Amino acid sequence: MVLEFKPQGIYCPAGDFFIDPWSPVDRALITHGHADHARPGHARYLATQSAAPVMRHRLGDIRLDTVAYGETRRIGGASVSFHPAGHVPGSAQIRVEVAGEVWVVSGDYKTTPDRLCEPFEPVRCHGFVTECTFGLPVFDWAPEAEVAADMNRWWAGNAAEGRVSLLGAYALGKAQRVLSLLDPSIGPILTHGAVENTNAILRDQGFALPATIPVTPDTDPRAHPGALVLAPPGALGSAWARRFGPASTGFASGWMRLRGVRRRRAADRGFVISDHADWAGLNTAIAETGAENIYVTHGYTEIFARWLNDQGYTAQIVPTEFTGESLDEAETT
Amino acid sequence: MKRFAALYAMIDQTTKTTRKVDALAEYFRTAPEDDRLWTMALFSGRRPRRAITTTRLREWAADRAGIPLWLFEESYPIVGDLAETIALVLPAPKADHADSLTDWITRLRALDDADDTARKSAVLDAWDRMEATERLVFNKLLTGGFRVGVSRKLMTRALAQATGRDEADLAHRLMGDWTPDTTTYRDLIEAPDAAAEASRPYPFCLAHGLDGAAPDSLGPNGDWYAEWKWDGIRGQVIVRAGEVFVWSRGEELMTDRFPEFAGLAGMLPDGTVLDGEILPFDGENPLPFNALQKRLGRKTVPARLLREAPVILLAYDLLEERGEDLRARALSERRARLDRLLNATPPDSPIRPSPLVAHDTWEDLARLRATSRDRRAEGLMLKRRDSAYHAGRKKGDWWKWKLDPLTMDAVMIYAQQGHGRRANLFTDFTFAVWDGNDLVPFTKAYSGLTDAEFRQITAWVRKNTLQRFGPVRQVRPEHVFEIAFEGIAPSPRHKSGVALRFPRMKRWRHDKPVQEAGTLADLKEMLAQYG
Repeated sequence: MVLEFKPQGIYCPAGDFFIDPWSPVDRALITHGHADHARPGHARYLATQSAAPVMRHRLGDIRLDTVAYGETRRIGGASVSFHPAGHVPGSAQIRVEVAGEVWVVSGDYKTTPDRLCEPFEPVRCHGFVTECTFGLPVFDWAPEAEVAADMNRWWAGNAAEGRVSLLGAYALGKAQRVLSLLDPSIGPILTHGAVENTNAILRDQGFALPATIPVTPDTDPRAHPGALVLAPPGALGSAWARRFGPASTGFASGWMRLRGVRRRRAADRGFVISDHADWAGLNTAIAETGAENIYVTHGYTEIFARWLNDQGYTAQIVPTEFTGESLDEAETT
Repeated sequence: MKRFAALYAMIDQTTKTTRKVDALAEYFRTAPEDDRLWTMALFSGRRPRRAITTTRLREWAADRAGIPLWLFEESYPIVGDLAETIALVLPAPKADHADSLTDWITRLRALDDADDTARKSAVLDAWDRMEATERLVFNKLLTGGFRVGVSRKLMTRALAQATGRDEADLAHRLMGDWTPDTTTYRDLIEAPDAAAEASRPYPFCLAHGLDGAAPDSLGPNGDWYAEWKWDGIRGQVIVRAGEVFVWSRGEELMTDRFPEFAGLAGMLPDGTVLDGEILPFDGENPLPFNALQKRLGRKTVPARLLREAPVILLAYDLLEERGEDLRARALSERRARLDRLLNATPPDSPIRPSPLVAHDTWEDLARLRATSRDRRAEGLMLKRRDSAYHAGRKKGDWWKWKLDPLTMDAVMIYAQQGHGRRANLFTDFTFAVWDGNDLVPFTKAYSGLTDAEFRQITAWVRKNTLQRFGPVRQVRPEHVFEIAFEGIAPSPRHKSGVALRFPRMKRWRHDKPVQEAGTLADLKEMLAQYG
């Protein structure tokens, strides 16, 4: 086995390292900076150059080594390289080769390109560890341009009626992707501190984001008519959000594909924007790896594994502590 | 259809009442009259008969989506809505259409007489020509269940806004058992009230709940009538044009279910409308509600049940006398007229006045309220003596002052996900009490927790599932909930031997260890006392 599934996470015996482990280990290879993948407490970290700034911001002073996409590293008996996963800027799939056998750990991934992150790159392998957050045929993402137009129409409509648009999006990755889709000619874009922190890091890295105005305790909403306010989902409905008066609320998440979830959040609008692959994306990605053995992690694992087995793959479920764009998170944060 | 789908999307995309009303009013101003009529019918629960079984729809949808049926079936509980699941799995449309809502409904109803092949091709053709929201709406027509967050009151308000007509008048016109087949938009909304008027009930006046021990905040007790709050079926009994009509509060015409009232046309003058509670009655006292329940599911009532559980109307209001609408008059006058009218009926009449409960002080009344259960009442109703009979729920004049519910501390043992708005949350639970070392299930409950609590218990259920039976999960018996209910009755069909009325979760007893939950003996004792 190139990789094994241990209580601490995905382990490579030939290289004596873990990938995205969830308890402290000596050497951790990290696919991307989200909290369920990049955890504190490891002795040594390895990640892509573009994932590094966010990781340092989140994890503080860690011993972090970086690689470029496609660059091969030798760790013990294993050859390791990182390939774009299209999930958030800096995110990677990790390819591990031991004695001619290749496994790929996808981390989280999205197959369609967006305006911000390095586009997903299919990697041929024998064994593929895949997420399946949206591994059901009801998840089918509309083209990004369509959702962007819809979102801008909503914003412009609210602006015309003198209402603030309050948009909830996960602060790391999703919010910046939303920013890249907004039309700044409609009005000013105000940001919550958590969103602005990530904006600053990505701008430093050279990612082009439209101008934003951070909301501070002194911000007077009336000074920014027609504004769109971008905040983490948890901030909507909080005291923080009430200062903007009777706003129209929206959420950007793949879960917004389901009316029940959107209605439970009592949002006016749900914009179906996800950093994860939809049903077709998952199936295409898996087919393009050429792998026979598929290891299914977080998401609708039982259903998705059964589907893959029906399709002729050898699929099995891997226990995980990854959460992806979890429904609980869409609900509570 | 596109216009109706756009209306549906607008309503669905806002949580604000005024925006919903504006969207509806705009629709009622501009849509074709046939479509307006169907929209009113759909939003008031008058959907076309289901022509196709949901089993077929699932098969056809899976087929069109190119997925195995099991995968469709697995997706459905996660989406939580069949019409939506179908709309979500179907591939993009291949063509377009310009047909109206009425066109599609007409086509749909023609399928009643078609064979399976014709039905399938008609439905697939519809799916192929509709975009996502249209498909959802169309599927809702196919599957029934058209709940869209528009109450009848909102719809009536929008209609008033669009037509410039009086809201109360419109509410009255929308009552009754009309369908788009039996009327037109003009006849229903604009024509002078004609023959159909005879059967039409008035919108029910509804009461608000009153909390607390004594209602001192209502002012002097002498301004108020008190009545027992009966546990039966609220109904209007109408005698007009020599015929009798019995309506439920849910606007269901129930005349046939209660043959007891058939002879009323000879006992009451033409143009009489009474409001009251339909109750099983043994000649002296009300019988428990479950005596009535046996009759409810049946279209015709067998003679045995008529003997065992005869019903009467305990009348508490007179809305119309000899054709005169009395609703604007004071309750004291309506009540006096009601008593006079019923005094003139023969002693074996199936209508009696619901007695007024005499009281000198609020404290008197509080003491009497405590005895409600002994009289098979749920508490008291308080009605201001000078109040009009309002349409709908207007705060201030009518209050229900219910008895505190019965309660039992119970252990959660099974959990199931909800539907619709509550899909993906565990909201449907089974609760048990101790019988020695065993936990015996005795009730289900679905409501009473906050959204935050449902999320919390959902996360817990995911981590503490012991076993799965289809959609039902057996969970670790670890959490105690206080279950509140209005009544308890013997039930041979349940393992515990009891059936509860209106059970719900009152409180999550984080403080209570499982061992200290209630027992079967506690339930039996309650049954002996109140059953």
